[in-house]
Amino acid sequence: DFKRKENIDKWPKSHIDVKFKERRVKANAWDYNDRFSYADNRIKTSKYNIFTFLPINLFEQFQRVANAYFSVLLILQLIPEISSLSWFTTIVPLVFVLVITAVKDATDDYFRYKSDQQVNNRQSQVLIRGSLQNEKWMNVRVGDIIKLENNQFVAADILLLCSSEPYGLCYVETAELDGETNLKVRQALTVTSDLGDISKLMDFDGEVICEPPNNKLDRFTGTLYWKGNKYPLDNEKMLLRGCVLRNTEWCFGMVIFAGSQTKLMQNCGRTKLKRTSIDKLMNTLVLWIFAFLICMGVVLAIGHTIWETYVGTNFRVFLPWDTFQISAVFSGFLTFWSYIIILNTVVPISLYVSVEVLRLGHSYFINWDRKMYHSPMGTAAEARTTTLNEELGQVEFIFSDKTGTLTQNIMVFSKCSINGQMYGMDRLKKKTACVDFSFNPLCDRRFKFFDSSLVEAIKMEDPAVQEFFRLLALCHTVMPEEKSEGNLVYQAQSPDEGALVTAARNFGFVFRARTPETVTLCEMGRTVTYQLLAILDFNNVRKRMSVIVRSPEGQIKLYSKGADTIIFERLDPSSENLMYTTSEHLSEFAGEGLRTLALAYKDLDEDYFKVWMKRLLFASTVIENREDQLAVLYDEIELGMKLLGATAIEDKLQEGVPETIACLNLADIKIWVLTGDKLETAMNIGYSCNMLRDDMNEVFVISGHSLQDVAKEHILGLSRVSSAGHVEKTDAFADDSVFEEAIIAEYALVINGHSLAHVLEPQLEHILLDLACLCKTVICCRVTPMQKAQVVELVKRHKRAVTLAIGDGANDVSMIKTAHIGVGISGQEGMQAVLASDYSFAQFRYLQRLLLVHGRWSYFRMCNFLGYFFYKNFAFTLVHFWYGFFCGFSAQTVYDQWFITLFNIVYTSLPVLAMGLFDQDVNDQNSLRYPSLYKPGQQNLLFNKRQFFLCTLQGMATSFLLFFIPYGAFPLMVKEDGSPFSDQQAFAVTIATSLVIVVSVQIGLDTHYWTAVNHLFIWGSLMVYFAILFAMQSDGLFGIFPSSFPFIGTARNCLSEKSVWLVVLLTTVVCVMPGLVVRFLRVDLFPTLTDKVRRLQQSRKKQGPQEQNLRRVRRTSSRRSAYAFSHQQGFGELITSGKNIRRSTVSSLCSPERIAQSHSSSWIENMLKRKNEVSCASPESEGGAPKSVKGTVCMDPTDQAQF
Amino acid sequence: MMASSYNAKEEDGHHSGASSGTGVSKNKKPDNTAFKQQRLPAWQPILTAGSVLPAFFVIGLIFIPIGIGLYVTSNNIKEFEIDYTGVSSDSPCYNCAKNFTWNTTEPCVCTVNFTLHQPFESNVFMYYGLSNFYQNHRRYVKSRDDRQLNGDLSALTDPSKECEPYRKSGDVSIAPCGAIANSLFNDTLVLYYVDSNNSISEIPLVKKGIAWWTDKHVKFRNPAGNGNLTLAFKDTAKPVNWAKPVYELDPLDPENNGFINEDFIVWMRTAALPTFRKLYRIIQKKSGATPTLPNGNYMLNITYNYPVLSFDGRKRLILSTISWMGGKNPFLGIAYITVGSICFCLGVVLLIIHHKYDNRNTSADIPS
Repeated sequence: DFKRKENIDKWPKSHIDVKFKERRVKANAWDYNDRFSYADNRIKTSKYNIFTFLPINLFEQFQRVANAYFSVLLILQLIPEISSLSWFTTIVPLVFVLVITAVKDATDDYFRYKSDQQVNNRQSQVLIRGSLQNEKWMNVRVGDIIKLENNQFVAADILLLCSSEPYGLCYVETAELDGETNLKVRQALTVTSDLGDISKLMDFDGEVICEPPNNKLDRFTGTLYWKGNKYPLDNEKMLLRGCVLRNTEWCFGMVIFAGSQTKLMQNCGRTKLKRTSIDKLMNTLVLWIFAFLICMGVVLAIGHTIWETYVGTNFRVFLPWDTFQISAVFSGFLTFWSYIIILNTVVPISLYVSVEVLRLGHSYFINWDRKMYHSPMGTAAEARTTTLNEELGQVEFIFSDKTGTLTQNIMVFSKCSINGQMYGMDRLKKKTACVDFSFNPLCDRRFKFFDSSLVEAIKMEDPAVQEFFRLLALCHTVMPEEKSEGNLVYQAQSPDEGALVTAARNFGFVFRARTPETVTLCEMGRTVTYQLLAILDFNNVRKRMSVIVRSPEGQIKLYSKGADTIIFERLDPSSENLMYTTSEHLSEFAGEGLRTLALAYKDLDEDYFKVWMKRLLFASTVIENREDQLAVLYDEIELGMKLLGATAIEDKLQEGVPETIACLNLADIKIWVLTGDKLETAMNIGYSCNMLRDDMNEVFVISGHSLQDVAKEHILGLSRVSSAGHVEKTDAFADDSVFEEAIIAEYALVINGHSLAHVLEPQLEHILLDLACLCKTVICCRVTPMQKAQVVELVKRHKRAVTLAIGDGANDVSMIKTAHIGVGISGQEGMQAVLASDYSFAQFRYLQRLLLVHGRWSYFRMCNFLGYFFYKNFAFTLVHFWYGFFCGFSAQTVYDQWFITLFNIVYTSLPVLAMGLFDQDVNDQNSLRYPSLYKPGQQNLLFNKRQFFLCTLQGMATSFLLFFIPYGAFPLMVKEDGSPFSDQQAFAVTIATSLVIVVSVQIGLDTHYWTAVNHLFIWGSLMVYFAILFAMQSDGLFGIFPSSFPFIGTARNCLSEKSVWLVVLLTTVVCVMPGLVVRFLRVDLFPTLTDKVRRLQQSRKKQGPQEQNLRRVRRTSSRRSAYAFSHQQGFGELITSGKNIRRSTVSSLCSPERIAQSHSSSWIENMLKRKNEVSCASPESEGGAPKSVKGTVCMDPTDQAQF
Repeated sequence: MMASSYNAKEEDGHHSGASSGTGVSKNKKPDNTAFKQQRLPAWQPILTAGSVLPAFFVIGLIFIPIGIGLYVTSNNIKEFEIDYTGVSSDSPCYNCAKNFTWNTTEPCVCTVNFTLHQPFESNVFMYYGLSNFYQNHRRYVKSRDDRQLNGDLSALTDPSKECEPYRKSGDVSIAPCGAIANSLFNDTLVLYYVDSNNSISEIPLVKKGIAWWTDKHVKFRNPAGNGNLTLAFKDTAKPVNWAKPVYELDPLDPENNGFINEDFIVWMRTAALPTFRKLYRIIQKKSGATPTLPNGNYMLNITYNYPVLSFDGRKRLILSTISWMGGKNPFLGIAYITVGSICFCLGVVLLIIHHKYDNRNTSADIPS
């Protein structure tokens, strides 16, 4: 345990590069900087060049155990006293393998080189000798002053000196570095911010002394020495390589780190190689085979010693011992090595290459799958790691991020309940026409609502409805931006708010402008300005926010929105009836997984308010307990409110998420949601994607803050689950149907980040794991990226299960890297997750296809492949073992040496590759339709040690028969012309032919899916075998190399004999028959699900395709609060203080020049932009792809240029 | 394997993906080909009772007749075998075997009498059989030089190292070199018929046509020497165990002398197993109705040159007729009958099992 803890502790520290040197860089002083020989700006991710490729690549390849092993064999073969095989039997396959690997490495490296070249040749403007000159990136040097323009990549890590914006501000997008798509602001030192012309920059001779290169992206310490002054430098003044300059016309900077010393390059260390469990198993098996090989060698060597002692000594009349052969024991020792050489093919050199080829093929199939191609984004699925495919068929745990992975992070105003009347259509039957908002010139055309009765009500001027939307238009912290008349853009702190304000806008209560003291609405075409008296801000305890406004008529009103449970407590008794109706509606919303808020208002008395306001002002100036005092005051005024209704917002799930989750659940895959979101939000999503259900026995919520609390809650939960589960489990055993198992007690666990921190302590982690594994659903909320990784690590360590992590943002990177398989959702939030992932695609629902189809197939294919491969090699090689007993254990081979050379790489490689690439037991539709087909992979059933034993046993039996049937037939065999052909060469050809035919028949039986390629390869291999056989034993080749082709004429003489063919036929039938019987009995008596589905599939194929009816996921509902609001505290104050109010907003209709400068406002705006996803895009961009460009659209300079 | 996580191409790809339109992305859509979508038309065989059981019956029904045919044919072949090693003291060759020395000038001759109870019709093949003779030992098998045997002049005077220790005799290279050639079987067997009035007549033995055509005409060739073998082999020594050099194997027939001597070729085709037989002579069928070897008494005259007793070997003479499937070989017939019967029985057993336990409804119990 101690060691484990240490490992976790080490995790974050590993980033710290400990070098206590400093770096000195002087601007415009190459001579000075050259003395330190800093890295130049050329990057090189390629490993080789033309000259170093061969030595380096070979060196790397021979570091692999397999290749080293074969070179050792090769050396053994060069010793004539040992050599039982010619050198070419090993060197041909070895060279073949080396060449294939080298070609692959070379192409990979070439592409790396190309991309390096492309980056190195990018142009940048460098200040050289008083003028700006275009230079390639690779020629940029430390100390250079370079100019960057808008939307350019930053060429190196540079110190920002000045920019086109006031105060030396500039904006960068850091998506490449940390995955965050929001813009970040960087500000130059005030002393350098006015250097904006070339002559001044030429004279700039500041010297920067800073930290040495390291990989901390968010930290920089340094000092600028200029004109005798010292200026401290931090990360806010640096532009890092990989960033993109945005919304800034130009800026100048001084290069501090270049090329490989930039923070970006320092961060891309070598990625850890992930290995699959099959890989590990394979390595174990190969070791076992080595052991077996050595055992066989020892047995045969002992046999040889005995033989030489009792027979060989006497036979020296005709076969004298070699001069060095001192004794029978020494001879046995040499024979051991000889046998190691000839039996080496039990560990086939082509195994590793074939496995790599298969995985590569499977990866390509993933890349090519149109059903995982997301056309709106134009992103295809991508297998970024090609070595993990079969593990996709064994996944037991999925760890999923929420935002951007399960949800689209789009909030949609979907329903509402106003004054006891419910509006809005069920989102599952959106057949009714979308409401026409044409009466409203200021509407957002992307907003859709499906109940026209609400518009009717608005037009009828129903006061409750009007008040409802007035509240939505007033009670919020959204910032409006009106770029041109009627072209409103909202910047909301949370997408929920954006959705609500946009809804109000469309229903005729347009929030148009705000100042610190006023809010201007356009109510049904009439401009009304409210005085904003106070904002009672949101926080997580209050779970509500209110505003107090004075209408033009002078009425003071308090508008409040918040969690239903909170609001209902503070209602005026007069609202009681309405509360019950609304409550019913709320539970209906909750049942649909919508996020709800209750709305209420209160008329305030002028005098009462004045008194309250004074107390508020006083309270806001005290220093001690200010928060508490404010809270008390807020509580006081927010009492006795009148209920208006409730809103229901749909947190839009990604397409097909509930179905995917349901399907994966059926495949026994446990899905854990790990999210940084709040408890309520996370639970809500849990309900909307059907992971949490109201019919679950119990949902444990663990949110204790101290270790004791958490432990207590945990143990309590565990005891309840295990007691209940115990009873029901025995029930389930009584009735062994698969169906029953699904109905046994269902529990869910929701755990908070704080609690998680405690639970991940060593003494509790087992309890957590036990409890979590008993639960059907686990949701962890408010977790940090580190905790995500720790949870994954925990399961990975204790459960021996394959884990998969899926996420889209930079905060998921750690978990993606930790899990066995990391999946990145591409195109949502930068590339960081994708870059760290093993597989990437655009939509969560593709996970279903990736696992249930591609993963399952890959696993199935790989297992079949390995089983067959071991079988084949044992059948091939062990014949030598049996022959040993009849040739004086002299390591005489049975086969022709050429046959040994070519058997694995020519005669039998292609059919097994074709099987490994194309085989399908069940087609993709049925794989998806019967998720239970996935279970054998999780239980590791298709290839494990037992299967391996069976395969090798079958191989041994085959080799035994292959040898002993000809052995029985041969001694007396005579050709039709009377000449005997019981000679060694005819024997070799007969056995070799039988072997090739037997393994071909066997692969025919193993192939479930005979495509044209399989036919071609299997029949082709047989034909190639005969073609090569006759060619190798032809007169011509013998004429040229008599000593290399001594088998001349054997094939002709041998295969023209009927009796040889009778032997071959007999051998084939005897070898294949037992396996066939076993297989038939298994399929017939104990059919697996796969067999059943296959049979069904075949009978259905005859009937023609059938429509697949997917069950709709229906939810039952019960009363629970569906409140969820992704809001944070603190914006109310900013608004009332006016700090973030922009010039352009204050006078929204004034001159265009001023609007054009609008982007140079404070950083808060940028934060707002990130938060806001719905209302941010301007109406003009509607035709394009507003989703993909997200927050940056409103900042895009081309948009601004239009005005 | 050791890729770095940074890739400039991706950096670019992301950039263009975010800012450019749909034109680029269209090209990324995978092709809708059967191959790429893994929808290649395919035959998907399933092991069902309908396909497996008939296969067993068919195999059974084919194998049993073949087996019977083979067995009958094999039984019809007449074969006579006699061991003349001379192990026991009452054996005629006991003395020869016992008193064997390598360098005798006077060969030991012994005579074995035997009786054929049935006449041998058609051609009769005369084999010698050796037991416990490891012609398949690795060091033995490789101890030859195919280039030399193919008439390569350079290999004639400088044989391959594989031939050691029978590579050179003194400074002169041995032709043919190697252990195989050195241990050439050199007993001479002559067969006499003793007819009813005790008159002895020698049976004519054909010594050509006993080797494979390819061996005789392609693999083995005499070194070029203007037709004079003595000249061609003049720089070589005879193998150690041989009594006469290679060019005197059959001085009367130049087509059967030197490396292309058929007895030699037959010997050089090493046997697969330590017990083997090699064709020695053919007794051609005489024209007319008289059997090739009528029943009666025979006399086998052996010039005993070949020692096998030291390693417990045996020497045999075999007389045999052949059929369409070669020589007498009961193994195949029995094996075929056995396998055919097993297949047939298995078919029956499987059929019973299948019917007895066939209680599945194919689709009813598949959970969806």
